[in-house]
Amino acid sequence: MPRIGAKMTFLRRRDALLFVLLAVAIALPPYCGTYYTRFATQIAIYGMAALSVDLLLGYGGLITFGQAALFGVGAYAAGMLTVYGLTDALVTWPLAVLVSMLFALAIGALSLRTRGFQFIMVTLAFAQMVYYFAQSLRNWGGDDGFTLPQRDSLGLISLGDHTTFYYVVLALLVLIVLLANRIVRSEFGMVIRGIRDNERRAAAVGFPPYPYKLAIFVIAGGIAGLAGALMANHAKFVSPATMSWQLSGELLAMVILGSANSLIGSIVGAAFFLAFRDVLSDFTEHWMLFFGPLLVARVLLVKDGIWGMLVRATGADKVGAPRVDFPEALEHAADSKPGAAK
Amino acid sequence: MTLALLVEQLFNGVQFGLMLFLMAVGVTLVFGIMRVINLAHGSLFMLGGYFLMAALAWTRSYTLAIPLAFVGAALVAVVLEIVVLRPLYRRGPLDQVLATFGLALFFNEAVTVIWGRESIPLSIPPFLTGSVEIIPGSAYPIYRLVITAVAIVAGLLLYLLITRTRVGALIRAGSDNREIVAALGININLLYTLIFALSAMLAALAGIMMGPLLSVEPGAGDPILILALVVVVIGGIGSVRGALVGALMVGIFDTLSRVLIPLVIQTNATSALVGMAVYVLMAVVLLFSRTGLFAAHRG
Amino acid sequence: MSEFLLEIEHLRKAFGALVATDDVTLAIRKGETHALIGPNGAGKTTLVGQLTGELKPDAGRIVFDGRDITELSTARRARLGLARSFQITSIFDSFTAEGNVALAVQATERHSFRFWQPAERIARLRRPARKLIADVGLSPLGNLIASKMSHGQHRQLELGMALATHPIMLLLDEPMAGLGIEESRAMSKLLASLKRQYTILLIEHDMDAVFSLADRISVLVGGRIVASGTADEIRNHPGVRVAYLGEEDDAGDFRADG
Repeated sequence: MPRIGAKMTFLRRRDALLFVLLAVAIALPPYCGTYYTRFATQIAIYGMAALSVDLLLGYGGLITFGQAALFGVGAYAAGMLTVYGLTDALVTWPLAVLVSMLFALAIGALSLRTRGFQFIMVTLAFAQMVYYFAQSLRNWGGDDGFTLPQRDSLGLISLGDHTTFYYVVLALLVLIVLLANRIVRSEFGMVIRGIRDNERRAAAVGFPPYPYKLAIFVIAGGIAGLAGALMANHAKFVSPATMSWQLSGELLAMVILGSANSLIGSIVGAAFFLAFRDVLSDFTEHWMLFFGPLLVARVLLVKDGIWGMLVRATGADKVGAPRVDFPEALEHAADSKPGAAK
Repeated sequence: MTLALLVEQLFNGVQFGLMLFLMAVGVTLVFGIMRVINLAHGSLFMLGGYFLMAALAWTRSYTLAIPLAFVGAALVAVVLEIVVLRPLYRRGPLDQVLATFGLALFFNEAVTVIWGRESIPLSIPPFLTGSVEIIPGSAYPIYRLVITAVAIVAGLLLYLLITRTRVGALIRAGSDNREIVAALGININLLYTLIFALSAMLAALAGIMMGPLLSVEPGAGDPILILALVVVVIGGIGSVRGALVGALMVGIFDTLSRVLIPLVIQTNATSALVGMAVYVLMAVVLLFSRTGLFAAHRG
Repeated sequence: MSEFLLEIEHLRKAFGALVATDDVTLAIRKGETHALIGPNGAGKTTLVGQLTGELKPDAGRIVFDGRDITELSTARRARLGLARSFQITSIFDSFTAEGNVALAVQATERHSFRFWQPAERIARLRRPARKLIADVGLSPLGNLIASKMSHGQHRQLELGMALATHPIMLLLDEPMAGLGIEESRAMSKLLASLKRQYTILLIEHDMDAVFSLADRISVLVGGRIVASGTADEIRNHPGVRVAYLGEEDDAGDFRADG
């Protein structure tokens, strides 16, 4: 069956691209030394947080300006538990995820009653509420935040060593990507994407939108919370700055720069953002002066993000075609948007 | 808690609410008519303060500096509308949010480049210093009374503009149906630029007036913008009346809660509750009505 | 129980001074194909909106299959067996044609909170979807992304999605809208094949289709039902001709051969 064979080649190209990225991620940073290993860890953590935003944005059509709050809640939860002496990651990290999911449930239950622009404003407002709450915690440093005495240990494995910690974070990131991929292709994922494409139609066919939107909001909140817990351990420091609305905006920017609706794109976008900041900060502390217009330019002038362009440039975009089990009717199956539903 | 103190706080609340109104009405007009959410609105508030400071440093006179600051803000607004906002009218909410967010980041950094990171205090204009006894035993700053009056006048002028003039009729028509206004041969581009400039002027006015009270610093407009968004959520998108009612509610609620809550609850959580009070109010309103109190359109 | 599947009782909806639905009472028997016709602006869209749950009536009630559904949400009504197709194409743009129908099939399950299995591999969803795609005549295009389909193909897809939810009643909102002669004939044939299985409320402007398909016809003018009866009764009803065409002669539209 030459047709299927041809499709397989295209599929392999995108998988090959991903494989190369993963290989680079595994091999390169420790080779380049501690600074770059820590830098790569940061990319992985922000990439995870950005991925949670892409789940909501690219797949759910929900533009949230409050994801940083859930990121911060995870960071605070993990940090507080560690300070209290619970230093086993197998305990603190799931707890941090649970706490952020609970916050996401509360925020989502109210916010998802609104739509469109109102939803954006409301998520922003609730995130600010959490931010002010964090600032008010006098016992935890208030606006200055607090430090962690040590990183959590993963069972018996100590995570103090930057390289070990990096590989743990990378493994978790890969796990989250695989999980998210499963979710967006599952029946649940189909409903979410249907609601994104046409909420009215989804309801007319029998899906009540609210419970499904709330579910993806909570799932994304949990992922952001995990990223936050990792951040707390990475920096051994937690402060309200991790919850700022600027960070929420930056996460959205990462998703858009990297390509929305693709999961991997958000990680690429995070890498780009952090690299941009890192490189430009060497020249000027006012690197934001260039990032702002860059974002504006991306929105106004460029149609796609980095990952999308990369996939198209390497010819791996034919993967948008559905991976069909049956050979008939393959003729018209072509779409250049990665992540299109089947 | 004396009666005098309570009254003073009420006045402060109304004054703060009116400042928020100036911000919120700009947000609600721009969104209601042009369907654009502009996260750089706070930057115009901030620039109002900075331009006032710069004009003061240059001319050493408030009577010259205030109009100059307005001119500066107007110029920025017009350039912004033509270069960034116009392409956004046709785009979706995500593009608008990100592009204007990028602008806000740019402006916050730009003022840092030009004037540094520190907060710069501005003094109250000499002819407006001093206080007046509005209630026996309570001396209320004249400056605050004046800016409250200015805000009320601005609100009235806006009301007259919208309800009594041709431009106002166009604004209301454009709010209901853009295509018809365009089909009537009205220059939609010019109308939109005017509306945007109007909203920017109101924000700058708030920034200029609050300058001496709040000090001028990078990011000064951001917390105000967020509160203005809360006002719009509470008051209803597209409704000027909602913006006024919502702003007064938020202003008074916020100011009073800052004073009253610490009296009632004496725990570590006090400052948290104070900061959060307004958002709790927003949550309650949302539970009551999904589209706010006076929504002009549905979503 | 009742021979009527859908009963609309004294429904009323006003937008400010405009009364879009003015005391509408209508009953549709099980198995009947009932057409609702009327000039533009008569209030058909508002009526459909209230039947599907997107608009809340000011007064009156709607009883479906013996159940008062006036307060129920759109999704609830769909799950009770009231399926609709949209006048202006409303589909899931990023999904393939088959994907669209498969998602509609999926909606018949009790819930979709399943996160692990890739939906495209689930036979119990894809097989009925493929069959429905064939039934509505879209077979070779099953894997075409919906946004790339032609208007006529969209109308077929709309119908396929309505059928996918195992409904007992179909609310078809101008299924012929924008179709050419050949496509209209094909759609008419398709709808005729559905008459036996479903109760149908058909909103249409295409008089050929209306007279060939409908068992009974109701005429909506200015928010009120001005006439209701069989095709012959409506054809010869003088008030209908006037209301619809504005004048006594030139009632060409009302001859089935016109």
